[in-house]
Parts: sequence; structure tokens; C-alpha cells
Amino acid sequence: MSLLKIKNLTAKLADEDKQILNGLNLTVEKGQVAAIMGPNGSGKSTLSYVLAGREDYEVTGGEALLDGENILELAADERAAKGLFLAFQYPIEIPGVGQMTFLKAAINAQRKKNGLDEISTPEFIKLVNGKAKELGISPDMLKRSVNVGFSGGEKKRNEILQMALLQPKVAILDETDSGLDIDALKIVADGVNAMRSPDRSFVVITHYQRLLDYIKPDVVHVLSGGRIITTGGPELALELEAKGYADIVGKAA
Amino acid sequence: MNAVTPIRTPAEQALIGAFGALRDAGPAAAALESLRVDGFARFEATGLPHRRVEAWKYTDLRTMMREAKPLAGAPDASALLAAKVAVGRLPRVGGSRIVLIDGHHAPDLADGGPLPEGVSVSGLAEALVRRPELQALLAGQPATRENTAFALNNAFLTDGLLIEIAPGTAVSHALDLVFLTSDGAAKLTNARVVVIVGAGATAGLVETHLGPAGTDYQKNVVVQAIIRDGARLEHGRRQLEGSEALHLSTLEAEIGAEAHFDTLTLTSGAAVARNQLFVRFSGENARATLRGVSLLKGRQHADTTLVMDHAVPNCESRETFKHVLDGEAHGVFQGKIIVQPIAQKTDGRMMSQTIMLAEGPAMDNKPELEIFADDVACAHGCTCGELDEDLMFYLKARGIPSQEAEALLVEAFAREAIEDFGDEGLGEAVEELRAALLASVTDWMLART
Ligand SMILES: Nc1ncnc2c1ncn2[C@@H]1O[C@H](COP(=O)(O)OP(=O)(O)OP(=O)(O)O)[C@@H](O)[C@H]1O
Ligand SMILES: [Mg+2]
Repeated sequence: MSLLKIKNLTAKLADEDKQILNGLNLTVEKGQVAAIMGPNGSGKSTLSYVLAGREDYEVTGGEALLDGENILELAADERAAKGLFLAFQYPIEIPGVGQMTFLKAAINAQRKKNGLDEISTPEFIKLVNGKAKELGISPDMLKRSVNVGFSGGEKKRNEILQMALLQPKVAILDETDSGLDIDALKIVADGVNAMRSPDRSFVVITHYQRLLDYIKPDVVHVLSGGRIITTGGPELALELEAKGYADIVGKAA
Repeated sequence: MNAVTPIRTPAEQALIGAFGALRDAGPAAAALESLRVDGFARFEATGLPHRRVEAWKYTDLRTMMREAKPLAGAPDASALLAAKVAVGRLPRVGGSRIVLIDGHHAPDLADGGPLPEGVSVSGLAEALVRRPELQALLAGQPATRENTAFALNNAFLTDGLLIEIAPGTAVSHALDLVFLTSDGAAKLTNARVVVIVGAGATAGLVETHLGPAGTDYQKNVVVQAIIRDGARLEHGRRQLEGSEALHLSTLEAEIGAEAHFDTLTLTSGAAVARNQLFVRFSGENARATLRGVSLLKGRQHADTTLVMDHAVPNCESRETFKHVLDGEAHGVFQGKIIVQPIAQKTDGRMMSQTIMLAEGPAMDNKPELEIFADDVACAHGCTCGELDEDLMFYLKARGIPSQEAEALLVEAFAREAIEDFGDEGLGEAVEELRAALLASVTDWMLART
């Protein structure tokens, strides 16, 4: 059973005639960790944004099924409610919106859609503090505005904290490893591994083999020119690390 | 030369008639009488201001005030009873509550225990008899005196409240001053409050303005604050008038040496609102912080017009105004900082920021710096835009629905004007007020559609 199935997806910039995704096909099975690698500018982040529902992009064809349901017509918040999570490549700062306020709003929005009561404040604080501690996020960071004054690595860890709180069905991690120091990389990978389960899938976008040493992928896809051009096992990542993209991209062209 | 006979609008005719009726009803105390006559003469000379009067360029009162409602009398027993219920429903902010119904003090509706020590409340007319020196204060500062809303308030001055804080008193809870317009036929309320904060005293005052929805009642309120040397006044105002109301408000403040005045207005009520601030430094090393948050929807119109007069050296002023506009609302901000020739080392910074929640609203900004001294630091800025799409996407990507995401961002925007309001001095009372104001921003956002 596939949790995420993308069929022949094409997408362009909403207000420009620039096509970025060119008939992309991708299937992620339940419980799978799929790595996506590919040259800069090939469309990896665009794919993640299109799936998450960013309005800067316009889908011109194809479909994306989350657990069997086409999500491309849904608003971003509805997709999140259905269990899709995107850890951003560049998490943004939201001055004036407190981190705890934000996390609580996100958790309660999800609970509301599932017909549950709002989380109680003590329960919420206990939950957040517990997860934050595991991810090495200091209590001081929880007191600030969302991502404001966070270092690059702290922002990435904050994305993983949100994922851990929301427990999505499908999590897309867009270069979550970039900007992380060696220890943080391990902490984040542990956080992800702890969430691996037969009912949850991960799409891990990365440029480096090293992350995949920690988060062992079941399958590796190569995205180039807005399409998946090759799929293989974990050894494909090693091969790319050694030889670069030139060969594979050349063969596909 | 031919004398020009102005054509009077129905509203102007009604106001002239109302003044005559008031005069015929019986003589006022001499001191009131001369204020009234002076105010009326000023109104009569100009009539209601219109868009060719620079200060009223964006709020054409002559057009917007089509008719003048009859002057509100003192509330009768049944009005008082209904008012008691309405006021009772309003959560108290701060300590002692003082209530004015249709501009008339209603001591029976007071709440929250006796007035704190060092605070006294008395009738203005009666105080004026005992203390004729108050007359000069009531006549207004020169800039205020020229203002038509103020002149009209004087023309119809029958009474009001004098609130005094004895020198050196530290009042630990803000006074909760409620201005309620009673139900029934639409009327014109004339309300006047004078606040004198004695030297070295610290006090807080929160005004709440409310009235029936769906009635096109009118209110013209003037609050004059004298903040003596070394004193501090935290002044909050919630303008929650009924949806069809016309709300004219004038706040005049005079700030003594080393004194501090902090005022914050939340505007979300009334069909047409004009919020005027005339603030003047009269002693050195004083500080003023003037702030406002306007939340406007539908076809609401709200105009904030302020004059910050740095009349002496070494004072600091901050003017921070935030406008959130939806529907086809119209926001206006006119801010003028005057730095008089002797006012060296003035530090003034004014900012007006707008968020448009729809395509329909309009915002007019007119910031002005009139600087006559050379060693000063003054600046002003305006921004106007929609909510940031990237921020919205981030919030929505976490499952937060649009309307809630907008509320979070707008609350953050408003918070900048609210968060450091009254940071020293009043402790818990101010904390409560800030929380109440922020909550009303969120409520407004969530109730928008
Ligand atoms: N909002 C946008 N405006 C203009 N161009 C865009 C926009 N989004 C994506 N692009 C362009 O589309 C292409 C794909 O970008 P995308 O960010 O998806 O690449 P990527 O594979 O994630 O690259 P990287 O590895 O550098 O993160 C690039 O050429 C990029 O410049
Ligand atoms: Mg990218």
C-alpha cells in the first residue's frame, strides 16, 4: 500500500511561464524512507512545496494521492490536517508570534479536525518540554517568537520538534541536514528514526550521503529536470557521492 | 464688503437650535456660561468642518454628520436600570469603576469598591464654582480651542467629571471609566472629563466607550489630562461603540517636567470615528508615548489625528499607530510633531503601519514634522501592506486554518503597539488590560466573517 503516490505531476510558477515539474512520478510505500537526491535547481523544493500546497506554484497536470486521496485541490492547512508534514529547507522567522502559542495552535488545529478537545495547558507544556529536550532545544528558545534569533541549525531542529508534535503520516524533510553540526545531525536523525513506523513514510531530500548513514533509506530517487530519472537502493547514494550526477543525468537526457 | 451668509446644513441648524434651547432652559453658572458662549461662537463661525479644511481633509464631518441628534438629557430611572445591566456585563479592567450614562455621572452604578486613597471624583460644574482657575484649563490649549469638535463640546458643556490624584499618590489599580450610551432613540451625548495627576503621583485610567448596536447615536467626548511634574499617567481607551454610531473624541494632555504620559486607544466600534490627540510638553525631560490600534471592517471610517507639541527642550515622544483594515473600511492617520524653536534635544519618532486584509479598504496617511529647532532627532515612517504570504504558508503548513493564521499574525502586528504599554507603575492592572486588548484583537479577527 502506498502512502504517497504522485502521477505525472507537472507544475509551473503561478505568475510566470516557468515549468519546473515535468511529469514527475513517485511512489512512497507505507513505512518507507525514500531519499530524493538531485542537482541544485532540479525541482526538489518545488516538489515539496507543491505537495504542501504553496500558492506560488500552479499544478498544470497529474495528481498526488495521500493515502489514496488526491490532495492537490486542498488548501495547505487541510493537507497538513490529513497528515502531510513539510520540514522547510529555509524555515522562516515569525516575529511577534510566540513559539508556544504557535505550537499550541498547530496541535489544537489538528485535534479539532480530529474531533478532539483542545489540549490542556499542563499536558501541552509537558509534551513540548519532553520533545524539546530530546532534540536539544533549550527552554529559552521556546520562549521566543517562532524561529526569531535561532541559528540555522536551531531552526532545523525546530522543524523536527514540530514534526514530532504533529506525528504526521508522511513527512517530507527538505535538506534538514544542511546547516547542522555533526552532533545536531545525529540528534535530528535520532529524532526521525524514533518516529519511523510501519504506518509512517518519510521523504528525505538531501545532497549528502552522510545523512543517509544515520537515516537509512529504503530507496533512493534521483530528481533532475523536474522528473525522477533513476531509482535504486541505498547503494545509489554512495555511487552519486563518488561520481556526481553527470553520468546519470547524461544517460537520462 | 458683503457679509457672506453661510448655508447651514440640517445638522448645523439643529446644533444651533440645541444651543438656543439650552440657553433658554436657564442660566448656567457664570464660568460655564462663558465657556459655552465661546465654544458656540467658534462653531458658529466655521460650521461643521469639511474636506477643504486641512485638519479634516479625510473626514468630511459636514457630509458624515448628516443630522445632529437631540442632546441627551440625564438618564431616567428605567434607563439607569437598563444601563446597570449593560455595564454589569462588561468585565472590569483595573479597580474602581466610574460610570457615565449619556455623559452624565451615574454614581449609583459605581463598582469595584471605594475610590483608592488620594483619588477624588467630583462634578465639574460644582468644582468650577469653587475653583475658578479651572476655567482656563477647560478653555483648552490654543490648538485644541480651534478644533470644532472641542468647540462644540464646550458649547454644550453642562457638567462633567473632575478626577484628581493627590500629589505623591501611587494608585495601584487603574480607574475603570465607562461611557455608556443608553438604548432608545438616537441622541447626541456631550461628555467631559478632566483628570489632574498631582506632582509625583502615578495613576492609570481606562476608558471604555460603548452603546447600542444599530442605533445611529452620536458622541462627542473630551478628556483633558494634566500630568504634573514627575507624575505618570497610563491611559487606555477601548472604543467599542455601536455599529452605527458617530464617535468624536478629543484627548488633550499637558505633561509637566519629568512626567510620563502613555496612552493607547483600541478602535473597533462606530461607523465613523475621529480620534484626536493634542499633547503638549510643558516641562523638560518628560516622555509621551501615544499609541493606537484600529480594527476596521465593513464600511467603517476611523481617523486618528494627533498633534504632539514639543514646546520645551529635552523631551521624548513616541507615536505608534497600527491599522488593520478589512472590507471597504477607510483608515486615516494624520500625525504632526511640532518642535518649537527652544525645544532643543527633542527626540520624536512616529510610525503608522497598516495591514490590508482585503482589496477594498483605503488608508490615508499624512505624517508631518514641523521642526523649528536645529538640534533634534525626529523621524516618521509609514508602511502599508498585506499579510506576508510566506508567513501565512508556514502557519497553514502546520495545519492552522487561514483565519486563525491571520489572527496570529495580526495579533503579532498589534502587539508591537500594546506590549510595553505601562511597563512600570501599575503592575497587574496594566497586565490585565494588555491581555484584554490583545484578546479583543484576536476575537475581532476570528469574528470577522
Ligand atoms: N518562487 C520561485 N520563483 C522563481 N523561480 C523559482 C521559484 N521556485 C523555484 N524556482 C526555480 O525553479 C527551479 C527549481 O527550484 P527548486 O528550489 O525546486 O530546486 P531544488 O532542487 O530544491 O534546488 P536546491 O538543491 O538548490 O535546493 C530553480 O531553477 C529555481 O530557480
Ligand atoms: Mg531545495
